[in-house]
Amino acid sequence: MKVDLYERIWMYGVVVMLAAFFASTAIAAARGGIHPPSHVETIDPRKAIGDPRFQPQGVSLDQNGHVHARVIGLTFAWMPAEMTLPSGTPVTFHVTSIDVQHGFEIAGTNGQAQIIPGYISQFTTQFDEGEYLIVCNEYCGAGHHIMAAKLHVVPPARWTRPSVTTVRQSDAGGEHAEH
Amino acid sequence: MPSIDGPAVVAVARAGDPFSPDAPAPLAQAPYPTAAAATGQMSSAERRLVLGNIWVAVAAFGVAAVMAVMQALSRANINVPNHTPRMYYMSITAHGVLMALVFTTFFIMGWGYAIIHREVGRIRWIGLSTAAFWVAVIGTVTAAIPILTFKASVLYTFYPPLQAHPAFYIGLTLVVVASWVFAWNAVASWWALRRSDRTRPVSLAMHATTANAMLWLLCTLGVAAEMLFQLIPWSLGLMPTIDPLLARTLFWFTGHPLVYFWILPAYTVWYSVLPRESGGYLFSEPLGRMVFAYFLVISTPVGLHHQFQDPGIPASWKLFQTFLTMAISFPSLVTAFTICASLEVAGRLRGGKGLFGWIRALPWGNPVVSCVLCAMLLFLVGGFGGAVNAAYALNSVVHNTAWIHGHFHTTVGSAAALTYMGAMYWLVPRMTGRELSFRASLARWQPWLWFAGMILFAIPSHITGLMGLPRRVFTTDYGGAAQAARWQGLTSMSAVGGIVLFVSAMFFVGVIAHTLLMGRRREGAPLVWADSLGMPEGGFRSTIWDRLGLWWAIALVLVVIGYAIPLLDILHLTRYGSPGFKPF
Repeated sequence: MKVDLYERIWMYGVVVMLAAFFASTAIAAARGGIHPPSHVETIDPRKAIGDPRFQPQGVSLDQNGHVHARVIGLTFAWMPAEMTLPSGTPVTFHVTSIDVQHGFEIAGTNGQAQIIPGYISQFTTQFDEGEYLIVCNEYCGAGHHIMAAKLHVVPPARWTRPSVTTVRQSDAGGEHAEH
Repeated sequence: MPSIDGPAVVAVARAGDPFSPDAPAPLAQAPYPTAAAATGQMSSAERRLVLGNIWVAVAAFGVAAVMAVMQALSRANINVPNHTPRMYYMSITAHGVLMALVFTTFFIMGWGYAIIHREVGRIRWIGLSTAAFWVAVIGTVTAAIPILTFKASVLYTFYPPLQAHPAFYIGLTLVVVASWVFAWNAVASWWALRRSDRTRPVSLAMHATTANAMLWLLCTLGVAAEMLFQLIPWSLGLMPTIDPLLARTLFWFTGHPLVYFWILPAYTVWYSVLPRESGGYLFSEPLGRMVFAYFLVISTPVGLHHQFQDPGIPASWKLFQTFLTMAISFPSLVTAFTICASLEVAGRLRGGKGLFGWIRALPWGNPVVSCVLCAMLLFLVGGFGGAVNAAYALNSVVHNTAWIHGHFHTTVGSAAALTYMGAMYWLVPRMTGRELSFRASLARWQPWLWFAGMILFAIPSHITGLMGLPRRVFTTDYGGAAQAARWQGLTSMSAVGGIVLFVSAMFFVGVIAHTLLMGRRREGAPLVWADSLGMPEGGFRSTIWDRLGLWWAIALVLVVIGYAIPLLDILHLTRYGSPGFKPF
């Protein structure tokens, strides 16, 4: 196939650019551990509220000093509706739904996950000090636009430490599903 | 600078084509295998089939545009009549289904049948194809009734366990099944042409239409399985629960290749219509053949990049499909070069000088050309945004935010839809023998209004998305939250864009409807594709890229590699299932 010289140069350039895009993603994933939330764990959505994996609801510390936030989504609210977290500290979120799909999103940050009933979403991130709006970013019904919660992020020194709970199987590593 | 090194330009104007004032002098025509009757007139049944599809597409587009303007105003917190959440989520469902599924599919079928007739000289299985058209119409109405009566406000993604009325799922399934008849028609027509002469390729337009039909037949297996084995029995009460993750995975198995099903007919216009219409020739036809074969191969196993944020799917498979997603930008970037080079040829033949003078020399006043050029400019925004969406880690910042609807309005809503509008301005006069109405005013302004409206709508949507504004929300103020206050000004700008887009949409509907019904009569004209530069003596020879059956088989293998294990993994989990919910 005869290809024009300029076009051939363009095609090589395109291949190099796309390879660089993919390489940067792959290196960030392999070296930096940067993955989208991909935790694999199921839960009975009808019993999620009483499930020990979602107790205590909201913020807790495990015995290694790692911060966890356990949140349940339902039409049209997040439980709990308000949380306070320390700034600059990794926090692992565990979120599930007891009815339809929701989208847990801490607006203006990279903290978000698709929430699917029957599955547990998990991701770890950290925040700068400030007030954040937690919204629902997956359409869930007539009240989708009012489904929101508040997140206060304060300096660690001003943060009231919650009670310590033991590490659970699903919390181990605290990072992402692949660990 | 690309040079014109093809056969000598034949200095005879092509007679009998009053609809392409800017067409250049013809080069030698490529001797594609075509049936003897290829220049024959359409029978009335064939004409009704093509124009029937166009009519339904335009009607769906018009209704969906009315829904859209209301949504844009609502997101800017402006009060409109019947301004309730229930109404908003109903209308957004109607808008999505009518635009993304009905308008596109019917246009693609009408356009595809016109191409098949052009190449083969007739449309085979005309009775079956006409019956399938009516099945698709009945399916559309069957789905529209529950939507408009508030029984299916589940959006066009219809994620369970939101549960719509069964008629919604059954109606959409009928549309897909009917589209399979069109797709098989394209494949069978292509096969007959190939069998008649294996040494020469079919025309690029037919090659593209066939590749698209093949990818559609492969990728719709996902949504067909979701409908038949999950949604329909579950909504009828035959199955108590459904697994929403499995449903999402099957949906996106179809849902991402769907965007190529939309864009390939637009590319067909860019390759086969635009160069001639703008006064030039297609720059590198053999690469065009590679582009369409390439799309067929890898457009399906990329759907997981819509599920980056999903639980239940390991990161390794998401990364694998990220790789394929990056790879599928390649044919679009090749297209960008080829089409720009073709346009430069046109501009220089029209007397354009200097580095950029050829751009000004293009026939910008021709609505067919300006539609496609505006579509391509908007696709620059959409294409780069798409690379961000697909970027695995960056996706966490944009997933399900306003960025996403900003993105797909510059892709399917511009690159595809605006090209379709230009294609209809081109096709309808030729098919009906009627001049395009209001060419001097409405048709000329329409693409520019779409371009301006889309910039006003989509750029603020991208920005508010980065700030965290979710998509698909009735209002955006979140009870006066400080973070929400910051995106208010930008949503108002989007609303202005929505109004401009609405005016453009009404111009389009007015022009096409008036042309179809009352356009000034003159003789129809055949569909003439752009001539190719660099064609060897005797025409192009068939190459590996013309063996679409082979590429179809390779595509199937890649689909199995990309999807078999993730799907089996989901099936092996202890899954609990969900009953249906109707919170709308």
